[in-house]
Amino acid sequence: MKVSYFPGCTLKNKAKDLDKYARLCALKLGVELEEIENWQCCGGAFSMGEDEIASKLSSVRALQYAKEKDQYLVSVCSACHNVLKQTNYQMQNNSDFAFKANNYLAFDNPYNGETKVIHYLELLRDVIGFDKIKENTVNPLKDKKIAAYYGCLLLRPSKVLAMDDAENPSIMEDFIKAIGATPVVYPYRNECCGGYATLEDKNLVNKKSGLVKNSAKNNGADLIITACPLCKYNLEKNNNTDIPVVYITELLAEALGLKEE
Amino acid sequence: MDKLKEQILRTSGVNTLKCMRCGKCSGTCPSYDEMEYHPHQFVYMVEKGEIEPLMKSKSLYKCLSCFACVERCPRNVEPAKIVEAVRLMVIRQQGENHLTANDIPDLLDEDMPQQAIVSAFRKYSK
Repeated sequence: MKVSYFPGCTLKNKAKDLDKYARLCALKLGVELEEIENWQCCGGAFSMGEDEIASKLSSVRALQYAKEKDQYLVSVCSACHNVLKQTNYQMQNNSDFAFKANNYLAFDNPYNGETKVIHYLELLRDVIGFDKIKENTVNPLKDKKIAAYYGCLLLRPSKVLAMDDAENPSIMEDFIKAIGATPVVYPYRNECCGGYATLEDKNLVNKKSGLVKNSAKNNGADLIITACPLCKYNLEKNNNTDIPVVYITELLAEALGLKEE
Repeated sequence: MDKLKEQILRTSGVNTLKCMRCGKCSGTCPSYDEMEYHPHQFVYMVEKGEIEPLMKSKSLYKCLSCFACVERCPRNVEPAKIVEAVRLMVIRQQGENHLTANDIPDLLDEDMPQQAIVSAFRKYSK
């Protein structure tokens, strides 16, 4: 099957491995990630203002594209997913916003939130199925203890994101089990790494990322996995705890035998 | 009603009267230690119309938009939306951007993901 794919700015630049292995692994599992033509940057962070219209139009264009193709809209970057999903929710539930966005965009058929927006992890769990991943795993990562780092954007606000229980999630732990490794559950897995404050307040980000890394390491993890380039950057820039951070798709590629050395 | 308060309530869509001042938003806020005014104070100061001190405070730029307060508020007040609305009130004014393109080159290193830059612009500038 084919799905509409929104890679986002970072997957075209600093997070090329997140993108490359997402495509390769999906293809191996029977799903083609079809890149949206002329997609535009989501803006990285959702504007919460109810009267913010222009900053959400690029997301509405991507949503409309997927609707016209009658496909799921899939992204891997946690931030893109969060922005697309929250914009879609506003298109469904805020008629004033939807009216203004449609007036501006003037599509042949108005967009009203019809597209189903899913994260790559939901594609693996709900469309492909973790059982199929298990069947296709040629290098089970048996000896690895892996800490799933959810951060903020995959889970919250849960009434909109609706991927998992925001306080006790399991989708990434189930993914880790599917590729034969052992998940490590730790308290800071859904707390913030410091996010975009990294541009101007390194001290704040270092504290927040340090808490996450320490928490993972103290609970016995060898490795942290994430879907978010900014989380990965912030965690890696914290030197206080020595634990590697890799993308979910790199780990999946390793398990499926698709990782290039 | 005060014009500033009216605009903030409209932009945020928040009903500040739902707050019962339990402080859970501030208790869960990752930036609590860095803030002069904390999330629960944003909510009740907007309710009381004390908006100018909030507009002048650096606390506006410490919110990480992590949605922890939105998720964990037992009354569904969504404090982050109030913080965002006050920040928008400031940066929508001519010449009040907190971050400009000229600031960027000095803030970069070779690993910095594009996501950090676009997110910061979305939150700090118009």
